[in-house]
Amino acid sequence: MCDTCGCNITPGNRHLVEEGGKHEHTHDGKVAVEVLQNLLSENDHQAAHNREHFDRHQVLAINLMSSPGSGKTRLLESTIDAFRNKYRIGVIEGDLETENDAERIRAKGVPAVQITTGTACHLDAHMIHDALHQMNLDSIDILFIENVGNLVCPASFDLGQHRNVTLLSVTEGDDKPAKYPVIFRAADHVLITKSDLLAVLDEFDPNKAEMAVRHLAVEAPVSLTSAKSGDGLDLWLSWLEEQMAEQSARRREGKTATPTIAPEGQHLHAHG
Amino acid sequence: MHELSICQAMLSQVEEIAQRENASEITRIVIRIGPLSGVVPDLLQQAFTIARAGTIADHAELVTEEAPIRVRCLACGKESDAQANRLLCQSCDSYRTQVISGDELLLASVELNRHTDESIQQPA
Repeated sequence: MCDTCGCNITPGNRHLVEEGGKHEHTHDGKVAVEVLQNLLSENDHQAAHNREHFDRHQVLAINLMSSPGSGKTRLLESTIDAFRNKYRIGVIEGDLETENDAERIRAKGVPAVQITTGTACHLDAHMIHDALHQMNLDSIDILFIENVGNLVCPASFDLGQHRNVTLLSVTEGDDKPAKYPVIFRAADHVLITKSDLLAVLDEFDPNKAEMAVRHLAVEAPVSLTSAKSGDGLDLWLSWLEEQMAEQSARRREGKTATPTIAPEGQHLHAHG
Repeated sequence: MHELSICQAMLSQVEEIAQRENASEITRIVIRIGPLSGVVPDLLQQAFTIARAGTIADHAELVTEEAPIRVRCLACGKESDAQANRLLCQSCDSYRTQVISGDELLLASVELNRHTDESIQQPA
């Protein structure tokens, strides 16, 4: 079981584990200290630093989250093709093992850094920071961070991204947003993917999927797309163009953006 | 599954507080968790029994306060209880609501024993 084997100790947070000293024990003078600090404040601090880094280099950072196999890499391949003459794209790939996804992206002529987490189920801000050392942000307009395929854990860790996108493929079932509310609530755009398969999957109702998202009080767009046929991709691409325009406008005003539903800690630790 | 990471982050904060407060021992850690934080209190408890070993919180008790989910409606202004996958306003059914409680992931308080002059002067 994950919590007993230490598999969540990632290259990015290992120093947190290895730190920490032993103290002498006494039994006098018990003191209660009120803290009221986010449990992930160290991650949030690093995430804010990453976000400053993106802003300084005028990069828009988008975090993609979904189950494994819902088509994140395929979406990125189509996005790279569509924006080839418009934006310079870079990708950070997160997987437990293999360089496969990064190789697919590099085959499109786009820089990609693969993070292999070993057994860890999510990316964290420290891992992104390490990956950024291998990427020249001055030659990038949009950085996509493809999170580890997982509908649970990635939602809890701010990476420094400006926007979250959550994908739901039609093969997964239209009730996924109700089953995994935390990750769908975090979305600034929900993409229902593989719509070309709807012809043979009459049990998936895109309207039901959208209603399940609305029940989470999410006003973000829900777009039905197929990276394979190209259907609905215009909704995704025009959303990205809007995000680019907004990011440029924010840059001119010296502002930044966090995903609409930011984890609690980002409200408590506003880093501008 | 990410509870151990979160536990380690919590202990790192607790260590900082312990140093600042000249603590000899942490006896109790109180955290406040909402269902929308994506963290499961029971798993965090299990992770804590492993993660605390060798730290200043080695013998500490971890207390979790679970925060209820509450939303404020942006349409009618009323506040109501909600469920994790149904965050609608109970009065008018609008989905234009704001979560006002239930997504917390907070270190609320820490109880500790301080080093006393006596304990510092004790021979090793």
